[in-house]
Amino acid sequence: MKNIDIAVVDYGMGNLRSVSKALEHVAPDLNVVVTSDPQQIHQANRVVFPGQGAMPDCIRELDSRGLRQAVIEATQQKPFLGICIGLQMLFERSEEGNAAGLGVFAGQVKRFAAVDMHDTEGRKLKVPHMGWNQVQQPNQHPLWQDIADNERFYYVHSYYVCPDESGLVTGITDYPKPFTCAIAKDNLFAVQFHPEKSAKAGLQLLRNFVHWNP
Amino acid sequence: MGLAKRIIPCLDVTNGRVVKGVNFLELRDAGDPVEIAQRYNDQGADELTFLDITASSDDRDLILHIIEEVASQVFIPLTVGGGVRQVEDVRRLLNAGADKVSINTTAVLNPQVVQDAASRFGSQCIVVAIDAKKVDNQPFEWEVFTHGGRKATGLDAVKWAQHMVSLGAGELLVTSMDRDGTKIGFNNPLNRAISDAVDVPLIASGGVGNLQHLVDGVTLGGADAVLAASIFHYGEYTVQQAKTYMQQHGLEVR
Repeated sequence: MKNIDIAVVDYGMGNLRSVSKALEHVAPDLNVVVTSDPQQIHQANRVVFPGQGAMPDCIRELDSRGLRQAVIEATQQKPFLGICIGLQMLFERSEEGNAAGLGVFAGQVKRFAAVDMHDTEGRKLKVPHMGWNQVQQPNQHPLWQDIADNERFYYVHSYYVCPDESGLVTGITDYPKPFTCAIAKDNLFAVQFHPEKSAKAGLQLLRNFVHWNP
Repeated sequence: MGLAKRIIPCLDVTNGRVVKGVNFLELRDAGDPVEIAQRYNDQGADELTFLDITASSDDRDLILHIIEEVASQVFIPLTVGGGVRQVEDVRRLLNAGADKVSINTTAVLNPQVVQDAASRFGSQCIVVAIDAKKVDNQPFEWEVFTHGGRKATGLDAVKWAQHMVSLGAGELLVTSMDRDGTKIGFNNPLNRAISDAVDVPLIASGGVGNLQHLVDGVTLGGADAVLAASIFHYGEYTVQQAKTYMQQHGLEVR
């Protein structure tokens, strides 16, 4: 069987084509497989855990395909990149449908308040948080290589993670208050924004992930 | 420092080509969709919108191929609209590489589609497009029109916007039919009324003739994103020039 360089976890939600196309774009020589087979996730050298849609549905679909254990194992064993709901699902619980997550990390997923959110000019801020916002890098990480501090990435989400362990935080965005937009631990990196839709900066982050050897 | 105001070039697509009309009529050819998408991406466009304005359903599947091709080369968000009638159409467009799907006439004829699509795929990918026109014969100011602007609905555009958000629309694309193609600027009072009435982002559309109109769309109209077609298609301005202008006028851009 052909070696799987990167497995993109498919649990039947949203547009995985964008993620796989972007990975193929930055790593044309690698075998990128979109899969819902736990065995393939187990065999792959790297795992990307993307996400779109509502968290309760995502968790349900993940479980209905028997992928929970394979994903949790991958978070502990090999280069792992979570994206959007793929970041949120790593935590214990979300306010979205009061859904339990995978509990890889301690912490909650909360909703933006929507009321009384304004920018510095006094303009009303909308929910979902949709568009290009700046990412502060509080510390260095191989996945931030060749990406400027405060570079803009594309977001579309109404919920954000609040990790109990502050040491996890490796990216911060203001909307209007600071929230955690990236976490890192050992072989794992996960982001709230969509690198696959963030033009040059996003492709650079994916390139960094593909070459990352934690 | 914060969220940037988005500039969204809009590509009206029919028979596999990008076209541009005036007041929804008189179509002119503006080029190949993939080439144009690539050019706008290179200029720093924040997002691209494709509207399938194909009159006959025979050519409808062409847009899927175009989206597939664009999505494998251009890594920014893509919105696709036009002819979306059922949840299955939404799924096909998302699978082809669209990040968001815009629903217009179907939202009026069958609002359940908006609700079902939002609950299945998430509000983040459901845009409701509202074509509105100023009217004198109603107890409200702006009326919703469907079928590419040909049919009046009797619906108040502001109330309709709120209803669509309550069903799960994650964003609104508001086009002023009075302004579309006229180059005299967005209908800012219309956009302001809707933007203030909902929590989701609003994309202003219809009427851009110069770069000040983009600034006004944000500052006067309360838009979170501005959409334009002809000023970019015919090379009057580049997306980069638009961003520089908006930045010089105090707006945050990427």
